[in-house]
Amino acid sequence: MALRTFFAEGGLIKPLFSHGPVPSYRMLLCAVLAFTLMFAEHRLSFMEDVRAQLTTVVAPVQWAVSLPSKGLAWGSLMLSDQRALVEENQRLRQQLLILSHRVQRMANLTAENVRLRELLNAAPRGEVPYITAELLSLDSDPFTQQMVIGRGRRDGVYVGQPVMDASGLIGQVIAVSAYTSRVLMVADANHAVPVQINRTGRRFIVQGTGKLDTLSVLNVPATADIREGDLLTTSGLGGRFPEGYPVAEVTRVKRDSRHSFATVEARPLAQPERSRHFLLLFPPPLAADMNSEVNADAALRLMEKVSIDTRAQETSP
Amino acid sequence: MTRLPGLIAIWLTLVISLCLQVMPLPDAWLMWRPDWLALALAYWCITAPQRVGVFHGFACGLLLDLIEGAPLGQNALTLSLLTYLCLLLYQRLRAYSIWQQAVMLFVLLGLIQLVEQWLRTIFGPVSIHLEFLLPALIGGALWPWLFTMMQVLRRRLGIT
Repeated sequence: MALRTFFAEGGLIKPLFSHGPVPSYRMLLCAVLAFTLMFAEHRLSFMEDVRAQLTTVVAPVQWAVSLPSKGLAWGSLMLSDQRALVEENQRLRQQLLILSHRVQRMANLTAENVRLRELLNAAPRGEVPYITAELLSLDSDPFTQQMVIGRGRRDGVYVGQPVMDASGLIGQVIAVSAYTSRVLMVADANHAVPVQINRTGRRFIVQGTGKLDTLSVLNVPATADIREGDLLTTSGLGGRFPEGYPVAEVTRVKRDSRHSFATVEARPLAQPERSRHFLLLFPPPLAADMNSEVNADAALRLMEKVSIDTRAQETSP
Repeated sequence: MTRLPGLIAIWLTLVISLCLQVMPLPDAWLMWRPDWLALALAYWCITAPQRVGVFHGFACGLLLDLIEGAPLGQNALTLSLLTYLCLLLYQRLRAYSIWQQAVMLFVLLGLIQLVEQWLRTIFGPVSIHLEFLLPALIGGALWPWLFTMMQVLRRRLGIT
């Protein structure tokens, strides 16, 4: 009887130290789920699609966190005084003059090059079509070098697409969602590019080091003709990057007579911290056999628009 | 529902801390960013363990993975581990003074960072930095102020 009343009251007594749920089973479930996801993404290809769909969900957050830097850029433009603007204007005019001078010679040289290639019966070199893209955010993770740009599957972007800025190769697209895509930069430790020395044509592979301003040139024999200041351009041998785009400049060559390989460091020419606009290239051989998933129509529409714009710019002066 | 404002407040703080966590910063400052999301999750686990738990950590970690482009599940695992440890320790942490809490938080955050580094090395080559403990240190140093501020907010909204 006493026992029964004890139990009846037991439910009412509030324990002195109430303990919430000890969630060991939940933790176990989450750990199993997390490891399953990680390995599935590592091994299974359809996870890329799943990820692309899910990334669209967080696009608002990506857009929201890019607002302050956009606002700052806009604010500094509004607040910059007239003299600075005039100076910038003059500098840009000078640059325009230099570039248009080069373009005039370029047209002549291109025509000559086409004729020479015809004489040699070499395959003609087509122009590489492109679309422009705007930076959404540089990577927020200190251990990787990636960035997010504001073009996605809707614009015809595909995984593996080369990305440029005004001065050199930035990297390649590694993940695409509907409106944004993620770019792995050449400086990331996971990235390598086949290159050639512009001066001699000798070919090497350049790998990132994880630091934004340093790349390492792999497997350079100690006797190889490579100097500080040499320009490294893409060799086009990997089939991913078109040939002849500038990648990096050799900054340090260390030859040690004890080793048969030299240690060579290079500095990427692209400036991802400074540029906000990038070019997404569509190399011709890939453009021919693009996947069916790639929205080729959208890309073609955009390219037409770009070429019309450039034509308009060409005719206007 | 009296619980609704609390629910909104909790998710709002979590989303804001997620935004702070992924806010673009100059490259040199990235190392000095505290784990905002982990701090917010730890706070809610300590003060409202019945409402915020391991699944919250998992969901927030998954969102962080998607934004950062990390292997899906990496941050989900580390953040759910953090919430789990906080739920195990919350009674002890409540009894501590605020600076003891800060030291404990530093240990927890450092542990989480260490697990994250392990996961990174499993999934490919990375450049290892020894500075990976910096965010934990700064998170611990920020904890007293963050805790006091959030307590005011929580009392005003009456979230238990």
